[in-house]
Amino acid sequence: MSVASVPNENTRLARFLSVLRDVMARPSGAVGLTLVMAHLLLAIISPLIVPYDYKAMNSAMMLTGPEAAHWLGTDHLGRDVFTRVLLGGREALLVTGIATPIAVTWGGFVGIFFGLVGGRIDEVMMRVVDAFLSLPWILKMLVLIVTFGTGIEVLIPTLAFFYGIPVIRIARAATHDVVARDFVSAARARGHRRITIIRRELLPNVLDTLMVEGAMRWSWMLLAFSSLSFLGFGVSPPTPDWGLMIADARGFMSFAPWGVLGPVIALSSLIIGINLTADALAKALGIDRAQKAPV
Amino acid sequence: MTGPVLDIRDVSVGFTGKSGATLPVLRNIDLQVAEGESLGIVGESGSGKSTLALAAMGYLKRGLRLLDGSVAFRGQDMFSRTRQELEKIRGGELALIPQNSGQSLTPTLRIGAQLIEALRLHSAVPGAEHVAKATELLGQVRLPDPQAILSRFPHELSGGQQQRVAVAMALAGEPHALLLDEPTTGLDVTTQAHILELLRDIARDRGMAMVYVSHDLGAIARVCDRVVVMYAGEVVMEGTTRQVLKSPAHPYARGLLASIPRLADRHLPVALDGRPPAPGDAGDGCSFVDRCALAQDLCRSQRPDLTALPTGELARCFFTDQADRVSRTMSGAVPVEIKPDGATALQLTDLSISYHQPSLFDRVLGRSDARVATVDEIDVTVRRGETLGLVGESGSGKSTILKSIAGLLPPAGGQITLAQSEALATVVENRPPDHLRRIQLVFQNPDDSLNPRQTIAEILEQPLRLYFGLTGQALHDRSVEILDRVRLGGHYLDRLPSQLSGGEKQRVAVARAFAADPEIVLCDEVTSALDVSVQAAVLDLLNELKEKQGTTYIFVSHDLAVVKALSDRVAVLYQGRLCEIGPSDQVYATPSHPYTEVLLGAVLEPDPDTAPTLAADDVVELSPPAQGCPFQRRCPRKIGPICDSETPPWHQTADGHAIRCHHAITDLAAAQAGQAAE
Amino acid sequence: MLRMFLRRLFLGAVTVAIVSIIIFSGVEMLPGDACTAFLEREAKGKLLENCREAQGLNRPAVERYIDWAAGAVQGNLGVSANGQKSISELVGARLGNSLLLAACSLALGVPLAIFLGVVTGLWRDKPIDLTLSTMAIFAMTIPEFVSATVLILLFSVWLGWLPGIVLTPAHAPAAEFFPEILLPVLVLTMVMTAHILRMVRSSVIEVMAGDYVQMATLKGVPYWRIVFRHALPNALLPAINVVALTIAWLLGGVVVIEVVFNYPGLGRMMIDSISDRDLPVVQAIALIVATVYVGVNLSADLLTMIANPRLRTLHMRRK
Repeated sequence: MSVASVPNENTRLARFLSVLRDVMARPSGAVGLTLVMAHLLLAIISPLIVPYDYKAMNSAMMLTGPEAAHWLGTDHLGRDVFTRVLLGGREALLVTGIATPIAVTWGGFVGIFFGLVGGRIDEVMMRVVDAFLSLPWILKMLVLIVTFGTGIEVLIPTLAFFYGIPVIRIARAATHDVVARDFVSAARARGHRRITIIRRELLPNVLDTLMVEGAMRWSWMLLAFSSLSFLGFGVSPPTPDWGLMIADARGFMSFAPWGVLGPVIALSSLIIGINLTADALAKALGIDRAQKAPV
Repeated sequence: MTGPVLDIRDVSVGFTGKSGATLPVLRNIDLQVAEGESLGIVGESGSGKSTLALAAMGYLKRGLRLLDGSVAFRGQDMFSRTRQELEKIRGGELALIPQNSGQSLTPTLRIGAQLIEALRLHSAVPGAEHVAKATELLGQVRLPDPQAILSRFPHELSGGQQQRVAVAMALAGEPHALLLDEPTTGLDVTTQAHILELLRDIARDRGMAMVYVSHDLGAIARVCDRVVVMYAGEVVMEGTTRQVLKSPAHPYARGLLASIPRLADRHLPVALDGRPPAPGDAGDGCSFVDRCALAQDLCRSQRPDLTALPTGELARCFFTDQADRVSRTMSGAVPVEIKPDGATALQLTDLSISYHQPSLFDRVLGRSDARVATVDEIDVTVRRGETLGLVGESGSGKSTILKSIAGLLPPAGGQITLAQSEALATVVENRPPDHLRRIQLVFQNPDDSLNPRQTIAEILEQPLRLYFGLTGQALHDRSVEILDRVRLGGHYLDRLPSQLSGGEKQRVAVARAFAADPEIVLCDEVTSALDVSVQAAVLDLLNELKEKQGTTYIFVSHDLAVVKALSDRVAVLYQGRLCEIGPSDQVYATPSHPYTEVLLGAVLEPDPDTAPTLAADDVVELSPPAQGCPFQRRCPRKIGPICDSETPPWHQTADGHAIRCHHAITDLAAAQAGQAAE
Repeated sequence: MLRMFLRRLFLGAVTVAIVSIIIFSGVEMLPGDACTAFLEREAKGKLLENCREAQGLNRPAVERYIDWAAGAVQGNLGVSANGQKSISELVGARLGNSLLLAACSLALGVPLAIFLGVVTGLWRDKPIDLTLSTMAIFAMTIPEFVSATVLILLFSVWLGWLPGIVLTPAHAPAAEFFPEILLPVLVLTMVMTAHILRMVRSSVIEVMAGDYVQMATLKGVPYWRIVFRHALPNALLPAINVVALTIAWLLGGVVVIEVVFNYPGLGRMMIDSISDRDLPVVQAIALIVATVYVGVNLSADLLTMIANPRLRTLHMRRK
């Protein structure tokens, strides 16, 4: 690092801290970030603290209500619901936690690239992106999953691929906004190479948008993942997963309604936490998230 | 009624800052406007002048609140009226003409609907006559074909037309008083002059009181009887227009006057260094103390009162008796004249540029759209060490030409040659590093041309690394050296552009261009986003750098006085075609091209004793005519059909001055001399 | 304007064409084909050969694509792999049912969302805005199957007001779906309302802070007249497109809702045919859904063009 650029590291850290402070100063950010952090922490330590084995069945104790030994009761196979709720987000967080950065990165790069290239190639590419977006996510996902199976090795690339496509659109629009500004023209007129312009002029300005976009994608991805599990195309039993648990417990809802409440609250609080954080982050960075369609 | 129309008493307005403290944007304003009087409020951006004008209507922008004081319009306290009472007054007895009419007219409503709405709310005209009355109003503001304009949407009108509609709308309620918030800012000089004449006539005919808010002392000089000068949220001076513009008692007013470049003077304007305090930062003393040449210890510890002088003016200063020590006339540096050594720095040969490119859809349908080129037939030679000014109104193609030279916009035809014979590639990506380094571009708005996410160090690093491969300590030292040269210190290196004032940012932009050690610097409206006092500092800096480095400038501006301050030669453009080119003194004197004559006539001097001459109308043309003289539609000296059908010839005078017109030079000279004699 | 409309129509057609290529080649790339799916374990040797011969699967892909696309344009979507039934017939009633569900939710959700969006925008940061905006975040982020589950628990298990599951057969007339359709409609409406409300709110806030609203205020125009004449037409214009995109995006959510409530729509059929690996049906449904998506966006563009004088009068400006 050159002498001149040492202080810049400080500026970047300072900026990160000030954005973080801004996020935490907003009620939505404070609540959201706390929820997300709690879920992440729980996902890491839950195997160490759960009271029961998640697959231990007990035919004598099926669908019991909440009690001292089983805080959230037991399910139709007599397994402890509290244990399964604690563990039920790990798979989802693992898959989406890996797939989200991949999606944002590849979508971001492709979007920036076509935003820069512009012209006819860009116009054709956007039609392809539109075409992909015109198919509902569930259809695209299901076709691949049914064919290739539901393992992590299928889910991660599938989610990363399909959720990167809308990012292309966002990154391209953000790039267009930045490219129109004079500092990019100035860099071009100086004769910098395209890669330098992307790295030094574009990326820092597009990154804000991509960060907020990443948070949003994460929440949509969690939604998709748990929906797939719910429909029986995601995590395979007996692995505990909130979506799957809700699907199982639904059948017994009329006489054992507590079974759905645990996973419902767990899943909802995570997704709401992410969205509240994304909202606060968008406001802190001066981006209006509400103006965007979810596509 | 004998009392003042508008009576502002001890008004303070503020907002709650991030820290929770109340930060004032207006401090203890006292102001009275008499019946039929025209009062000007002058100040730079952030001085609170617009807030004051809106407060006069009992209106504050979201977040602002009235801290103290009262505003009375014809005896009615505007801040204690009910919503219904305010709705009656606003637009009725008291009307506003806003700054940017383009954005102040509702885009989804036709002009007619918006005018009739005003009539319905505020006039006694019966409903059946609304359309007729609206047409009449549009006619009164001198809009051609008012009937047709009624059915137009705002975006279908030019800026000048929109502004006239806003005037008509304000007149609909037959107001007692008009508030004008920078009504001509952003308009072309000729349009501005026309609108101002219109406002003058209207105010005089109807005996209306006017409050005219502007940063432009030229406009104020033309319209106002009395002027109030604002600085950092307070009134620092008040007096008749003549007093304020001829020999003001406050050092700020003097500094402001001295910083305005003028057509009649060959000196550069004097810069007023520093910047006003942010709201809440003013401290106990005088808010102008940091920039004041007369400042003493007393000024830091105590806030001066607005005191009346024997001459009748009011000034907020302890040392008005010493005001003469601050220059109010031009005594700034003389523009450096580097003797051009005759060698060519840059040559444009038959350059033409077209913005229109057919889209994919057009291609599929096999359409081709043959349009007249945006810029055409540009032949200019710039000699080394010379400053060439390019002037013209918006749409004249002056910035387009700069972009083309910089390689950002490939020309449709013609040739750009660097130095004697080095042909420049049309696209910047194809140019060798040496060519790139030798031509540098400074943009209009530093907020847009400096990457907000890079520190000043990173911004300056880029040309230094790219062209000279500097790294480490050498890079750092060179950056500091360059910052020093634009009179910013090395301590600016770690800052972000958002932490700098407008003038400082533009200096960084200039520093970045000069970091490349260029031969030619292209300046694209480099001062138009800045306040006048800051503009003077940037002009001064450019002048100084030219002296030290012998740089060649191509200086683009819509402001003829600014161009004159810096240029050796001037080229006048209309609709992308050259009208006149020659040494600065010659172009600004007669004989000149009819368009140059129109432009010069419309310039407003900050002097109550001058008046603009309005020759041509101010219609804005969207595209140049397909044949003949580009100025044919607006020319006040049009000869006849020959102007429409034949491209006019160049008339050379002996000293390198050329005019492109069907008139002979002698005819133009005679006609213009005759006009001057009148 | 006609030119712009034609341009959009052209781009929409291009998009549908590209979708059809993606769908066809996507299905092509998957291992197996209609015959392996239909014959299942017997899919080998002579039997498979004969089946492929009969279905024309041995011809080159390009040729089969052209046949398929040409058929689709004429409304013939081919035959299903298992059962050899006409897909157009199979799909018809299901599509109708899905459209019924969507239409009910739209009719309920869009006006409600616009109303609430305007209310929250005008009373920005007031208690009513904070309450509604927070509720909107909940409604739009919680997965459809979760909110559906909670609503079933509430309205049919505990309160017993509404049926929690749809038992009406697919070919029944629309009227017979009431009241069973109410809960699915409610869930869909909730999600949609939340999305559109946020969008409208932010648009209203932006417009209300704009120069022309300030000008109208200072012209003495009464507040509600400003809101209805000056602000709302401008605030709702940009909303049209985002609303369309949101609606189109919710098509994915409809699938889940149809499964949760056992609603005999296109979405459930899609899940079933994917499970059965009935690829011709999957292809057909994908094409229909994509066309609907493009159609919705196209109508939004057209609507914006009609409502926005800036676009409507573009040709005049060019003169």
